[in-house]
This record gives sequence, C-alpha cells and structure tokens, in this order.
Amino acid sequence: MNINVNNKTITTDSANLSALAQELSLPEKGVAVAIENKMVPRTLWEQTPLEEGTSVVIIKAACGG
Amino acid sequence: MKADSSRYERQIILPEIGEEGQKRLAKSRVLIVGVGGLGSPLALYLAGAGVGMIGLIDDDVVSVSNLQRQVLYDEGQVGKPKALCARQRLQALNGEITVLAYNERLDETNAMRLISEYDIVVDGTDNFETRLLISDVCQELNKPYVYAAIGGLEGQVAVLCKGSATYRTLFPELPSPSDTQTGKEVVGVTPAVVGSVAASQVLQLICDYGEPLIDRLWSIDLRTLQCFTIDI
Repeated sequence: MNINVNNKTITTDSANLSALAQELSLPEKGVAVAIENKMVPRTLWEQTPLEEGTSVVIIKAACGG
Repeated sequence: MKADSSRYERQIILPEIGEEGQKRLAKSRVLIVGVGGLGSPLALYLAGAGVGMIGLIDDDVVSVSNLQRQVLYDEGQVGKPKALCARQRLQALNGEITVLAYNERLDETNAMRLISEYDIVVDGTDNFETRLLISDVCQELNKPYVYAAIGGLEGQVAVLCKGSATYRTLFPELPSPSDTQTGKEVVGVTPAVVGSVAASQVLQLICDYGEPLIDRLWSIDLRTLQCFTIDI
C-alpha cells in the first residue's frame, strides 16, 4: 500500500507503526511519530495500524542550541 | 538612556500587542537558558521588544568558532564569559530593561531557585539533559517552557509545561547521540530562524495573541522549508 511519510509517498508492507519504524530504521529513542498530525507514543506503535493513504510525520529529536 | 516613548511604537500599533501588550512585556520576566546560537536571537529580540526582566544563564566563554552563528558576540570578546558579554550587549540595546547574567550552568543545584524567579523559561541549551531538567522544574513550578532545538539545517519549537505536554511526553527516553544523527554541524541561519520562532512564541504567550504552540511540536527543514506541526 501507499502511505505518506513526511509528505513523500512510499510503498510499504508494514501493517503498523512499529513495523514501519523498523522498516525505516528509526532510532530506538528520541523520535516523535505522528499519524494524521497527532503524536503516537511509542508504547502504542504496535497497535497503531497503517492504511492506504495514512499520513505519517516523523520528527527526530535535535539537541543543538 | 532616558525612556523614549517612540522605542516600541512600531509594535504598539499592532493590534495583537498594543499598549496593553507592551505593559505586559514590561512586567514579564524571561529566563534564557544558554546564550549561544539560539540564545542570541532570542535575547536580542526579547530585549528589543521590551521584556522587562531577562535572565541569561551560561557557563561558557566566547570562542572564534561561535561567531559564525552567535550574533550577540564579536571578535573582541573571545575568551570572555558569554553571559556577561550578552548582558552588556542587551543593556546597550535597551537600557530600559533589567538584564541579569548568571555565569554558571543550570543544574539540579540552582534550577529550582533560578526558574522560580521567572515567568517563562526559553531554551537555548545544547543538550538533552538540561532540557529534561528545565522541563521537570517548569512542570513542578507551573511555568511555561518554550522548547527549541536545532541540528544542521533543521529545528523544532514547542510550548511545553503550559498545557499537558512536557519534554518527557515528547521524548520519554533521552536519546543517545548516535540516535539523533546530529552533532555539532550547523549554519548560522538555523538558530537564527528557530530562535526567532521561539522568541515569537514568548511574545505570543506574554501578550496572549494568535495560537502559540501549546502541546504542539513545530519543525522546519531549511533545505526545503518544509514545516510540520504535530499535536503532542
């Protein structure tokens, strides 16, 4: 299926956010992920399904100042 | 310099600020933690806008490699404490406000005492641990924490500890440097843009206009100018 990640369309077989995070090699910590612009805590990634057209935003923690 | 009624005239004519907003600014106390890349535009614009009391805390000294982005400083100040140099610069810009300099590092021993003396804390730090400390203390003292962070050509801002979200909500576990892929790389315009957005949030909170980023995280990528705003 096609989903949107940071405004780019990608094709994925990942059924949920947790699988997508693995597919995209997201870091274990320090990353905020939102579906339809609402942040989903990491503890809920596994039970958050992805569907055709789902919009995902991934923001990695920055630490500079 | 003597008080001059024309100093703030260009912002007072904005309906979002007005005379009432200007009075609020004059009465407000803002602590800037870290006066480096982010802290430079933050401090300059908040002092310019007439925030009545500004605290600057930083234990670092000015180095030549700072000058590319830390617009508070100049070559003659290399080797001198940033907090003191910044204070001097801000008082030269606006003699009508009070600027306090703390030539020390914000840590567990002083955070509660210092933060309790201010209305809003704004972020110019360069590490996760200090951000977590600010967030924890602001949550306990019920003070808004304007979070800002940069890396490379990207940056992010949020207003935490005002609604329900804290830094721990955003990042429950502190990342290790290898998780973030951002090190010391940065161009001067990154903190200029992101620090200015954070300063704008402070003005919005004080003067109560628009829709500040309460419980929302804003991010920008300067390669594309793509921005995202997510609900935390």
